[in-house]
Amino acid sequence: MYTEKVIEEFTNPQNVGELADADAVGEAGSPTCGDIMKIYLKVECDRITDARFQTFGCAAAIASSSMATRMILGMTLAEAWDLSNADVVDALGGLPEPKVHCSLLARDAIRAAINDFRTRRGLEPLERGSGCCCSGEGGCDSCPGND
Amino acid sequence: MSDQDQRTLYMDHAATTFMKPEVVAAMAPYLSEHFGNPSSLYRFSRESKNGVEEARGQVAAAVGASAGEIFFTSGGTEADNWAIKGIALANRNRGNHIVTSAIEHHAVLHTCEWLERQGFSVTYLPVDGFGRVEPERVGEAITDETILVSVMTANNEIGTVQPVAEIGRVAHDRGVLFHTDAVQAIGAVPIDVERMGIDLLSLSGHKFYGPKGTGALYIRQGTRVETLIHGGGQERGRRAGTENVPGIVGLGRAIELATADIEGHNRRIAAMRDRLVRGVLGSVPDSRLNGHPTERLPNNANFSFRYIEGESILLLLDGRGICASTGSACSSGSSEPSHVLLATGLSHEEAHGSLRLTLGDANTGEDVDHVLEVLPEVIGRLRRISPLTPARTRVPEAE
Repeated sequence: MYTEKVIEEFTNPQNVGELADADAVGEAGSPTCGDIMKIYLKVECDRITDARFQTFGCAAAIASSSMATRMILGMTLAEAWDLSNADVVDALGGLPEPKVHCSLLARDAIRAAINDFRTRRGLEPLERGSGCCCSGEGGCDSCPGND
Repeated sequence: MSDQDQRTLYMDHAATTFMKPEVVAAMAPYLSEHFGNPSSLYRFSRESKNGVEEARGQVAAAVGASAGEIFFTSGGTEADNWAIKGIALANRNRGNHIVTSAIEHHAVLHTCEWLERQGFSVTYLPVDGFGRVEPERVGEAITDETILVSVMTANNEIGTVQPVAEIGRVAHDRGVLFHTDAVQAIGAVPIDVERMGIDLLSLSGHKFYGPKGTGALYIRQGTRVETLIHGGGQERGRRAGTENVPGIVGLGRAIELATADIEGHNRRIAAMRDRLVRGVLGSVPDSRLNGHPTERLPNNANFSFRYIEGESILLLLDGRGICASTGSACSSGSSEPSHVLLATGLSHEEAHGSLRLTLGDANTGEDVDHVLEVLPEVIGRLRRISPLTPARTRVPEAE
């Protein structure tokens, strides 16, 4: 059901762990829905110089977490904010339809981290937009992946 | 890391089983020379007809019924659909209420939900923390409108064996018919439809080393059941369609083999299963066994591992050649984890982190050793990735 690339990324995930001196931390998901991602960022001059993650979830969630942290390394915060879950899915060579919503988790966690960074510096958090159900009020059934 | 095992270690026998060589051998002539239609009148078709009738006798003997009470179907799902819809439609004038349990297979649950949309009412009985239906609850749920009680003999996910004989007695005391889905129980739980007060029983060939696409429904003599599949006059006019002769012959041989020595089989399988359970619970912290400690199928082990998700466990095990199953939502593409695990009171997180290993006749002690070696590694690896894992449970990576 998964592509070789997803299995590879899931089996050997990159950037796993915490950053004790992170400049920003973001979290998305809930244990009820079955996935949670926590992301830690180091930021220098508005650019992401290090990224680590911890994820509770299925293979798609873990693979997208790993891929997303790899993709945002070296990006400016604005670029990372604009990283879409479609970008992550493409980089993974696709995800099965019922699993596409799992990739929203990484985007949401990244945006939460960027807002954490902004808040720490006294800036207004950005409007996060419609995220994964797991981070919102609607619960699992509101998830676009669960239509 | 050389974790690519060459061999496939199959421990998902509740999903399906391999076909035993004896079963394949019994079927072979019916796939080639004995191809006649059992309904045809010429002598050439006699072999096919005899094959079907011999199998009917084998199924009847296995559950303590007479041959005339056995009807072949396309599998367990059809048998469940037929039993429940057939009783409901044939007894509309007597009542419109059905009692079942919250942990039934979807073949029963979705059939009941469909009947609700047709105007029937259904009570879904809760279960205790071990997945058992209390017979007294069945009695309390029965009303003057109740026409059927349907409770499975043993659960497919957690393996809990139900007090079927007591439930049958409660139903009969109130004059209500009793159906049981015995799909997972054949070959593990000795069945006697008389002693257990069973009026209808569903079974499926591929769960006990028989062919897929075969099943049967036992209908007690004299029970009014509406026909579901209309057409020709096969199965004494109650289930139309040319018989799956090779499949039926295989089903008959398989059930004969599966019920020849249930006690000996259970002893052997349960010994391996118990070692597996002790080994896993002993080596993986924050793990639990789901289901009943003793009243369970001898081949079933169902665990929950906290802080991680079941599909991930499954795929890492698959990478090591081990076939298992999970009640996590993520494996099924649905938004909810297993209704069975939730009904026993597990939290969503615990249900998401479930793993089912079901042993079979080809498994050996070495297979158990191998799983006991691989599984704790896999759990540890996923827990190192999870943000939920407390520091005390986080096992450092072995070099």
